[in-house]
Amino acid sequence: MLSLIQIKGIRDGLLITLDGAAWPELATAFVKNVDERSSFFQGARVALDVGVNELRVAELSTLRDQLSERGIALWAVLSESPVTVRTAQNLGLATRLSKPRPVQFREVAEELPEDAAKWVKGPLRSGGRVLFEGNVVVMGDVNPGAEIIAGGSVIVWGRLRGVVHAGAQGDEKAVVCALEMAPTQLRIASEIAISPKKQGKSQPEIARLKDGQLVAEPWQELTGR
Amino acid sequence: MTTKVVTIASGKGGVGKTTSVANIAVALASRGQKVTCIDGDIGLRNLDVVLGLENRIVYDLVDVIEGRCRLRQAMIRDKRLPELYLIPAAQTRDKTAISPSDMVRLCDELRPEVDWIIIDSPAGIERGFKNAIAAADRVLVMTNPEVSAVRDADRVIGLLEAEEKGPAALVINRLDPAMVKRGDMLSVADVLDLLAVELIGVIPEDENVIVATNKGQPLALDGKSKAGQAFQNIARRLMGEQVPFMDLGSQNLFQRLLGRK
Repeated sequence: MLSLIQIKGIRDGLLITLDGAAWPELATAFVKNVDERSSFFQGARVALDVGVNELRVAELSTLRDQLSERGIALWAVLSESPVTVRTAQNLGLATRLSKPRPVQFREVAEELPEDAAKWVKGPLRSGGRVLFEGNVVVMGDVNPGAEIIAGGSVIVWGRLRGVVHAGAQGDEKAVVCALEMAPTQLRIASEIAISPKKQGKSQPEIARLKDGQLVAEPWQELTGR
Repeated sequence: MTTKVVTIASGKGGVGKTTSVANIAVALASRGQKVTCIDGDIGLRNLDVVLGLENRIVYDLVDVIEGRCRLRQAMIRDKRLPELYLIPAAQTRDKTAISPSDMVRLCDELRPEVDWIIIDSPAGIERGFKNAIAAADRVLVMTNPEVSAVRDADRVIGLLEAEEKGPAALVINRLDPAMVKRGDMLSVADVLDLLAVELIGVIPEDENVIVATNKGQPLALDGKSKAGQAFQNIARRLMGEQVPFMDLGSQNLFQRLLGRK
């Protein structure tokens, strides 16, 4: 039964994946496992990944109560089933870990050439959304309320004021360039940043991940001109 | 002259769509044009109040669409001007009572009768908005110089581009030159910078607008107010005239008395 339960340490405590059997057995097996190793689990914060299991409020709240009796705080439930996600939300549990899961593109090209880019004629206005698995080039402004999600890098020949997620499938080498960098929010891979209040004249900038930190630097400094 | 159907839309509510429809229609009619306004805000009708025609409603837009009356019967004539008509919205129905194709048919029926059809779009970007823009030859997008209104105008312009409604023209309403000067309000340039569309009018903040609205006496009827003048200018630009934008300098009375620039 133990193989049904995988335990992983994450930043916010333990991530426990329950899979490979139907629900009542899984829950029983998990609680039994907890009882056997109570010193390990004592005081733990636990996120549960229940896979495709469809859980109703009664089932999930029973498990939560059983865990809390054993000194374990259940704070999140991850699931592929929308029913379970709704149940978890109804119980006030988180349904995702703090970092967004990598974006899944619906139509993934078989083998996208590295230089493939989507050409977008701007301005990209509020409510406009570009989702592309490769690089994205916008000729014009990206206004507040617009959103670009790219598997690769994003280049904006204009003012970037909307939301951009580059490297959305986890590519940490992705960059974002804009003639004026003032995004509402900028994401590269799993890092999220908001742009600081700018003073003075704006200049072309490039944003990238440096040692896990999202940094934006003026283009001139990089090219040494 | 071929009939032009002009819709005024904004996305956000309360920016002054209805007031502008009334005033632009009055301004056009005062220039000898035959004008019909249509209130597209079914369920929340207001244009009749702003025009001061509320007590004369017998039939409305939905009655025409559903065939309970002839088009002519629903057209309320404004007695202050020779050729200004209003087709009011129904108050007891909602936006789903008519469809975009109904609006196209209605406007096609109206076209031979008038020079201008001015449609007041409801706020939002759903059914009511779709109805209002369906028949439009030209859409004026209305905004206030504030971030949320500009954001919504941007969204509306994007939707119009997607529907291939041609380039939208922008009206900036309630601009307060003194606030702009202090740096407390977006300037015309700031708004244009973001929206990147043609500007067709700037209407200064004017408390007389509220008085006029409450009385049902559109400002454009009176030549003195700056806001009224701004509406007249929009009408002239719609008619194809080149009209320079008014100087909305922030000189107050005190400065003028001192003779300062």
